[in-house]
Amino acid sequence: MFDDANAPTRPPAEILPLGRDGWLVRFALTAAPWATAAAQVLNDRAQADPPEGVLRVMPSLTSVLFRYDPEATDRIALRARIARLLEGHDWREARPEPAARVWHIPVAFGGAHGPDLAEVSQLSGLTAETVIRTIAETPLRVLAIGFAPGQPYLGLLPQALDLPRMSAINPQVPRGAIALAVRQLALFPNPSPTGWRQVGRCAFRAFRPEAETPVPLRAGDELRLVPVSGAQMDSLLAANDPEGGARCEIRS
Amino acid sequence: MTAALLIRSAGPGVSIQDTGRPDMAHIGLSRGGAADPLALHEAAALLGLRAPSAAIEMAGMGGTFEVDAPMRIALTGAPMRARIDQRDIRWNASHLLEPGQRLTIGAAEGGTYGYLTPAGGIATTPLLGSRSAHLTAGLGALLKDGDRLPLGADPAPEAPAMGLIPEARFTGGTIRFIEGPQTGLFSPETLARFEETEFTRSATANRQGVRLETEAPPFAAEVTSGLSSDFILEGDLQMTGDGQPYVLLAECQTIGGYPRIGTVIGPDLARVAQAPLGAQLRFQRIGIEEADRLAATYAARLKTLRRAAKPLVRDPASIPDLLAYTLISGVTAGRELEE
Repeated sequence: MFDDANAPTRPPAEILPLGRDGWLVRFALTAAPWATAAAQVLNDRAQADPPEGVLRVMPSLTSVLFRYDPEATDRIALRARIARLLEGHDWREARPEPAARVWHIPVAFGGAHGPDLAEVSQLSGLTAETVIRTIAETPLRVLAIGFAPGQPYLGLLPQALDLPRMSAINPQVPRGAIALAVRQLALFPNPSPTGWRQVGRCAFRAFRPEAETPVPLRAGDELRLVPVSGAQMDSLLAANDPEGGARCEIRS
Repeated sequence: MTAALLIRSAGPGVSIQDTGRPDMAHIGLSRGGAADPLALHEAAALLGLRAPSAAIEMAGMGGTFEVDAPMRIALTGAPMRARIDQRDIRWNASHLLEPGQRLTIGAAEGGTYGYLTPAGGIATTPLLGSRSAHLTAGLGALLKDGDRLPLGADPAPEAPAMGLIPEARFTGGTIRFIEGPQTGLFSPETLARFEETEFTRSATANRQGVRLETEAPPFAAEVTSGLSSDFILEGDLQMTGDGQPYVLLAECQTIGGYPRIGTVIGPDLARVAQAPLGAQLRFQRIGIEEADRLAATYAARLKTLRRAAKPLVRDPASIPDLLAYTLISGVTAGRELEE
């Protein structure tokens, strides 16, 4: 019956069950630019006016998750309300609003702080310098927060940096690692295993459990990664300040 | 009046766990909390508490514990050999622990995660709404020898010792799962083969997930290259790049890039977490409406679990045939608990 229930929603969005208490609206399986834009726009709209019964709305790269209380809300009825939210829009033409906040975050690329930069260079056919310049010049958006607490998924990078994940998992990258895969960057708030390639490192802490705002970044924020030398990064890391030299610019 | 729990010695995987942080996925924090939440509900039933409270979770091996005020304790989850001083005490039961006595909890005799719950509650300061250590998120830490935990006072230290017969969940078995957003990425042949395969719980297992071993070929999705990362959940049956299956548990990530065949239903997830090394596991797909019905039944049963706790009339260690007795009634009760 879930196949039938798909009928009211025309592609490109699928409404799919996720666990006991979730509906996932997925625009695409891969991080196509139109799909990440559509997810951002749907998230903004649903946050502003959530369908009845929805407790949480959160975006991923190409999807938006609606979580509800299964003891109070009928799964099928909620699906219909979410389908109505999708009607009447050309999601392939969705354009996110400009970011209200822009973060400028110092990052050291390559060397000990980015051990996989050489491999990224080799796989992409770009010089290491071009990889760094491309990343620094791209206005990155926080597409999602997840994997680990506070961890932003940043994108999208240009097509030239569309590299697959590694087939084997790197058992541990350090706190602040900046890693690349599928036209995205992730910033690791804690030491973590990953299948992504570590190209740099920052001293900005994206998860501060004891702070009033445990997660400073929000989905939709813009990030600019500002290249600094390995020695500068060593000093920033030694300073042990959670801001790590970052600056948040508010646009109005 | 407050009390303290002194940890004389702790096994390698001992931590404070409650029901976790169920609504933090939007900041990237998975629920965490007890790997076997049912064990917390059973402890609450044994101690007459209205809601589950924080417990000491012990992975595979317990420790030795003392209190500085009379305190009832409940022992639930994976059965472990337990003694107060030299006296063997029953698992799945509550007992009074007095100052000067030593509670010794040994290795798990079945299952993986055992729980020690003090009736007064663990009074450490909550962080982000929970006292649980969430090691992958960097919240809290494993407990170690010499730690001293603040406890609330036992509201009824004179209450009788209670026992219950737990739902059987310590030996693996058949695990039910539902479709998820990525089920369609696997071919019908791969999905059918997945349900036909018998897996073994590998030594690679922790609170994040359990790896499943099999001689069968990998269970690869048809589309894996360039797949966008998307939301993942505890219970998800995730295939890594080489098609090896993992079941994600309480401390999993919230977003991931590896394809998932489906999601284990909540009522069956403790059976995966508790499966000991080498246990056999099979997976059976059920419809979402059926899963919703099972979840509702399960939630209703948790609310009436208190009735399952019965007074222990005599010291069970002095009744030679008690073990046989409880095993027989366990069969009946176990079936009642299933539906």
